[in-house]
Amino acid sequence: MQRRRMMIKWAHDTVRRRFMSTSAAAIDWWNHVGHAPKDPIMSVTEAFLSDTSPNKINLGVGAYRDDDGRPVVLQCVRDGEVKIAGTEFLESVSASVSSKLVEESVKLIYGKDADFIKEGRFAGVQALSGTGACRLFAEFQRRFYPQSKIYLPIPTWSNHHNIWRDAQVPGRTFHYYHPDSKGLHFAALMDDIKNAPDHSFFLLHPCAHNPTGVDPTEEQWREISNLFKVKNHFPFFDMAYQGFASGDLDKDAKAIRIFLEDGHLIGCAQSFAKNMGLYGHRVGCLSVLCVDAKQAVAIKSQLQHITRAMYSSPPVHGILLVSTILSDPHLKELWKKELKVMANRIHRMRSTLHESLKKLGSPLNWDHMTNQVGMFCFSGLSPDQVNRLVKEFHIYMTYDGRISMAGVTTSNVSYLANAIHEVTKFG
Amino acid sequence: MASTMLSLVSAALPLQENHKGKMNLGSSDRSSFLRKEKRNPFMKTKSFGRINMAIAVNTSRFEGVTMAPPDPILGVSEAFRADNSEMKLNLGVGAYRTEELQPYVLNVVKKAENLMLERGENKEYLPIEGLAAFNKVTAELLFGAGNPVIEQQRVATVQGLSGTGSLRLAAALIERYFPGAKVLISSPTWGNHKNIFNDARVPWSEYRYYDPKTVGLDFDGMISDIKAAPEGSFVLLHGCAHNPTGIDPTPEQWEKIADVIQEKNHIPFFDVAYQGFASGSLDADASSVRLFAARGMELLVAQSYSKNLGLYAERIGAINVVCSSADAAARVKSQLKRIARPMYSNPPIHGARIVANVVGDPALFNEWKEEMELMAGRIKNVRQKLFDSLSAKDKCGKDWSFILKQIGMFSFTGLSKVQSENMTNKWHVYMTKDGRISLAGLSLAKCEYLADAIIDSFHCVS
Repeated sequence: MQRRRMMIKWAHDTVRRRFMSTSAAAIDWWNHVGHAPKDPIMSVTEAFLSDTSPNKINLGVGAYRDDDGRPVVLQCVRDGEVKIAGTEFLESVSASVSSKLVEESVKLIYGKDADFIKEGRFAGVQALSGTGACRLFAEFQRRFYPQSKIYLPIPTWSNHHNIWRDAQVPGRTFHYYHPDSKGLHFAALMDDIKNAPDHSFFLLHPCAHNPTGVDPTEEQWREISNLFKVKNHFPFFDMAYQGFASGDLDKDAKAIRIFLEDGHLIGCAQSFAKNMGLYGHRVGCLSVLCVDAKQAVAIKSQLQHITRAMYSSPPVHGILLVSTILSDPHLKELWKKELKVMANRIHRMRSTLHESLKKLGSPLNWDHMTNQVGMFCFSGLSPDQVNRLVKEFHIYMTYDGRISMAGVTTSNVSYLANAIHEVTKFG
Repeated sequence: MASTMLSLVSAALPLQENHKGKMNLGSSDRSSFLRKEKRNPFMKTKSFGRINMAIAVNTSRFEGVTMAPPDPILGVSEAFRADNSEMKLNLGVGAYRTEELQPYVLNVVKKAENLMLERGENKEYLPIEGLAAFNKVTAELLFGAGNPVIEQQRVATVQGLSGTGSLRLAAALIERYFPGAKVLISSPTWGNHKNIFNDARVPWSEYRYYDPKTVGLDFDGMISDIKAAPEGSFVLLHGCAHNPTGIDPTPEQWEKIADVIQEKNHIPFFDVAYQGFASGSLDADASSVRLFAARGMELLVAQSYSKNLGLYAERIGAINVVCSSADAAARVKSQLKRIARPMYSNPPIHGARIVANVVGDPALFNEWKEEMELMAGRIKNVRQKLFDSLSAKDKCGKDWSFILKQIGMFSFTGLSKVQSENMTNKWHVYMTKDGRISLAGLSLAKCEYLADAIIDSFHCVS
């Protein structure tokens, strides 16, 4: 409120200033606009790019790199591009391509034989990758549950807080990561779920939690699901790494399928940025499960209404690629193989880094490096230690100590292990 | 633990009954929920070792969600597709069609895509503000490469999702930094403008624009309403080829509009969706924007490449904010990024690369200019033929010259809602109910048929 008053005063002052000036010279409307704080994740990449050291390593953004540290375009994607080249795609995405994308996307998450899909009991729309899907849901949530809040795990992807805040849904948090064990703080998590008011909205990472890499076990997921039933909470899943956690698409969707078995009508944001390497194309999907097909139609219409005032329709190229790959059995098989290759490389790097640190005689326990799952490792490094890594070793990561394992390669893993050992050997 | 869970479950049952909420969660299923003797299809039982737990399927949280109103413009195309008449004509959405009424992929776009396919570039995230090469060429296209605003680095350019996305970024910026400030929009204007400002929580009001008596510009009304608005309002202007009317101010009128905007300390906010499509010349179509910039005014400009490069489906555009200093531009750009990050993180690459390749390559750029002239030329020809047909067929001597005076893809025919409905119901001509026809969807071959339809609707329906 105070800030708002300040803004209005500033705006009025500016206007008054202008009114008194008689010259038609450029007037400064934007005086009161300050520099936005840098995005904590993107700024890591920016700093990395300006560093000239030959040893520099980027462990910031969660974008996959091959063992030579290079970005990868999957072969299934290259084949897909050739297949769609010359396709005359015009105006907004034609209905058939959109529904193909949605249909294939929901099959991935819920299983191809899910009743919901057969009976049309879901509202599905394409979205601008995971961010867009979350934002779309947040806007929808505010529209139909204006008093509701969103419960976000501590910690979570930093942009989750921005998304719900900009959608004007207040954020709350629940315990998740245990800094001592570097694992899941299950008891505290269950307490927080229990203590939240009934019918609260919760955001859950179904696999490969970002930034910690800490996932509940299957038994834990079942207990969480049960408690959700008791409390009538709404489970919203942000699925950004399906296939990246274990290498197996179905296994990575287990948490969601457990909730489905228990009868929850969930919401799910889905991204193809990482698992298909389509980062820049912004392809994703938002699905909301419904009681019947009629409600699904209504909800879908509302979601489309929201997107119409944000960007009208989503960009077609990525949608065409994904729907082509998922509906072509050969390309889909190729994709699954390539996904396994990526996931395996990350597993290998985790083991190698872990081994290297042990070999160096690190006094610390690095088991979490191989216990944690997915692209990220929550190293437990302090901001000071991270700073030393940046300044002394040209190794870039976010200040919460999150390491993107995708940036670790056979050629840099020793250098990395040494550097980590250097900054932590005295505890 | 087990017994606690069970008691929690039984304790939870009445909770479901008590929850009223704002939404109607009413369902008769709940009453049978508690009757354990009768088999309830919504009840599933599950074994957890020694515990049998009753798990009910939730009634949805979103019971009360009603159907959203259909989009008036896109709804026209849907209705058109469903029509089986041979005579049907789609003059709804402003998407360019060839004389054969086929969609058109520009040659330069095909060439650019081939180049991109050959290069096999990666698909990494763009920075939040978009592709740097794209941002550079888009600002140069709009303002002219040597323009002082560019040389002095006073333009904050951020890639957006076509016109809509760029407008939405600007609207969010206005809401955040000018709380309470109004946007003045023309009456009429593109329907989605209102949705965008509503969803961004920016208040708006209308200024007079279209004069039904002259089927032209109500210039006095426009100036008057802009003058009457509270100081420091944002005035949304169509840079060229006004949508839906096709009526643009003359250069002299633009000067007067700039005068009154400066007088009232308003901020001009241009929506440039048709650069190149109005006159056929990319530079000429940017003259209104350049006029304002030349006066040293700070302004906002949303751009779209949907029509002029036919990149409708790729969603490529930009928001440009011309500031009084390079520092202000840097700050504004940072705040636009802060708005974009929680919306979609970073914009899509494909369309941006196509534009950067076409506009950034002199050979492709020249080729584009030629294709642009062809497209705009076809529309001018169609206007002429329609005018000729109407003048020849209309026995009542109505003045149809407004068709020639209007510019761009659209024409405001002056037909009322009822008359427009007659166009559709009797003549299978699909258009929006405000009387707008899209000339981009009209062929020379169909002009006479359309003239008949218009004359019939105009004179025989009221």
